[in-house]
Amino acid sequence: MTSLVLLEFDDSGIKQPSRAAVAAATQLGETHVLVAGVNLGAAAAAAAKLPGVAKVLVAENAALDHVLAEPTAALLVALAPNYSHILAATTAVGKNILPRVAALLDVQPISDIAAVVDADTFVRPIYAGNGMATVKSSDGKKVITVRGASFDPVAAEGGNAATENVTVGDMPGLSKFVSAELSKSERPELTAARVVVSGGRGMQAGENFKLLDPIADKLGAAVGASRAAVDAGFVPNEYQVGQTGKIVAPELYVAVGISGAIQHLAGMKDSKVIVAINKDEEAPIFQVADYGLVADLFNALPELAAELERS
Amino acid sequence: MERRRQPVAGLIVAHNLPVREGISVNSSQEAVRFPMKILVPVKRVVDYNVKVRVKADGSGIETNGVKMSMNPFDEIAVEEAVRLKEKGVATEIIAVSLGVTQCQETIRTALAMGADRGILVETDAELQPLAVAKLLKAIADQEQPKLIILGKQAIDDDMSATGQMLAALLGWSQGTFASKVAVEGERLIVTREVDGGLETVDLALPSIITTDLRLNEPRYASLPNIMKARKKPIDTKKPADLGVDVTPRLQTLKVEEPPKRKAGVKVGSVAELVEKLKNEAKVI
Ligand SMILES: Cc1cc2nc3c(=O)[nH]c(=O)nc-3n(C[C@H](O)[C@H](O)[C@H](O)COP(=O)(O)OP(=O)(O)OC[C@H]3O[C@@H](n4cnc5c(N)ncnc54)[C@H](O)[C@@H]3O)c2cc1C
Ligand SMILES: Nc1ncnc2c1ncn2[C@@H]1O[C@H](COP(=O)(O)O)[C@@H](O)[C@H]1O
Repeated sequence: MTSLVLLEFDDSGIKQPSRAAVAAATQLGETHVLVAGVNLGAAAAAAAKLPGVAKVLVAENAALDHVLAEPTAALLVALAPNYSHILAATTAVGKNILPRVAALLDVQPISDIAAVVDADTFVRPIYAGNGMATVKSSDGKKVITVRGASFDPVAAEGGNAATENVTVGDMPGLSKFVSAELSKSERPELTAARVVVSGGRGMQAGENFKLLDPIADKLGAAVGASRAAVDAGFVPNEYQVGQTGKIVAPELYVAVGISGAIQHLAGMKDSKVIVAINKDEEAPIFQVADYGLVADLFNALPELAAELERS
Repeated sequence: MERRRQPVAGLIVAHNLPVREGISVNSSQEAVRFPMKILVPVKRVVDYNVKVRVKADGSGIETNGVKMSMNPFDEIAVEEAVRLKEKGVATEIIAVSLGVTQCQETIRTALAMGADRGILVETDAELQPLAVAKLLKAIADQEQPKLIILGKQAIDDDMSATGQMLAALLGWSQGTFASKVAVEGERLIVTREVDGGLETVDLALPSIITTDLRLNEPRYASLPNIMKARKKPIDTKKPADLGVDVTPRLQTLKVEEPPKRKAGVKVGSVAELVEKLKNEAKVI
């Protein structure tokens, strides 16, 4: 029984959600990983260092640049005969590609697993995490996406796997990459940060998110948001935390001017410590907060910045 | 990268037909022209405002007597299809729902928003995304739509899989998590919400779109349109009519409540908050 994990990477190495997917795969047995795209030297070297990985497959081909769904799925299907389990992180990339692979293999995918019970049985959240379902697959092969917040990612270093080039056959040319608008930030990524500070509709305007900056700087935090804040145009879409945004489980989550709708809670309620700052003492966010501060955020945030500065 | 057009079975190949607004004819080959039908699968789910409860016997979620609605992402899908029709790009919108008899209501909602007709694939069986994708493929084979718009995720099973699976079964391109869609000739330009921001892809038609939250703001159906929708046709089929085996591949062994959080405390001041985070929670 061997698993294959599709990895995502950038200039700084293998991304944390992918390292969490490797952690899930190693619970199942021997683990191989795949890097696909162009100029893969550094990514392949980084993948080979992941602890617990036995082999790195390197698929270098222009058709695989930008991990387009159609060719990447075709590649995974071509590699599938050697594997019992095919995994990726529950990210935009993993969600885009793995169901396509599953359908081509006539398999029902197992989306967003939060735990591995055995080779056929997994726990996954349903109804925005209001239920945890234990599901058993009867398919010969399992196609799985892995909830990053539920598995401790393997370290970036420590392993020494062999690498092997795979030849890529004819790829479906159904889609073309046009452009990307990716935000550059000095801050850690939301799904990898130890601390997340999120703002909601209560922030009232995009420029007020600046009030979160000194706090995030001091705590080394990523900045997130509720859907309402994203919809109002205060911050870009990639800030959204929740059922249909990013799932985070940092050591500390600070929710500012966020009411605590189920869909938002679904994305952060597994955080270790939750702080809520809201002027409405009835706000549902206080039901999940370890520490609640009933206050106007426009007073509380500058005070908090100053207090953190002092201590 | 080389672009190849996927041949579509049963496609009507005609020459020199009038060109619709927003669609130009590919002059390099025969002009492949046919009315642009859009299929929109709409799922009946527990309303997003309902706080669901796990059944005491751990067999699932309590859905008895709970308010049901169209999956919110599917409302966005219907809205996008209606806008494409209003722009003269689409010619016909077919809303499809798969499940129990009451899915008719979900189809009626889509018809009231502007879909032209409905198809109900009626079954009491549990349908998982693989079965849904196979049933939708069978319908697509019959109807020959040029575009299928689905939600990116059903808020009950949270699978986020059906659109991608349907694209695979049809051999079509896919534009998932779309926040912007434009039809340009024989191509579809889709802006997608990805983890680091936005990405734009150029897709061969026919194609599959799955909707993200910010694609549009769905309209409310007006009373006259709700009345009109009552007269629009809904065709009912059974999975067996479509030759699809819908046996689930995932068996749910149990459903449990997620771990409950301990009730927290209110702090009286920012200073107290910082003190507690430092000395009690030890997270800063
Ligand atoms: C299909 C679907 C998917 C969704 N997915 C998500 C998702 O992934 N993530 C998500 O977040 N939401 C999601 N939502 C939306 C969700 O239902 C809520 O609408 C949203 O989370 C509300 O955001 P909010 O708490 O910022 O805004 P509101 O609910 O408006 O709350 C604002 C809060 O700010 C407080 N406030 C206002 N002014 C101040 C002040 N000066 N000082 C202190 N506090 C103040 C108010 O008391 C209030 O509690 C989804 C909805 C649907 C239908
Ligand atoms: N039973 C169904 N009837 C109609 N559409 C469905 C059904 N199940 C899934 N879909 C479509 O597939 C999308 C994604 O669902 P899922 O893959 O289950 O998260 C939904 O938003 C619908 O557009």
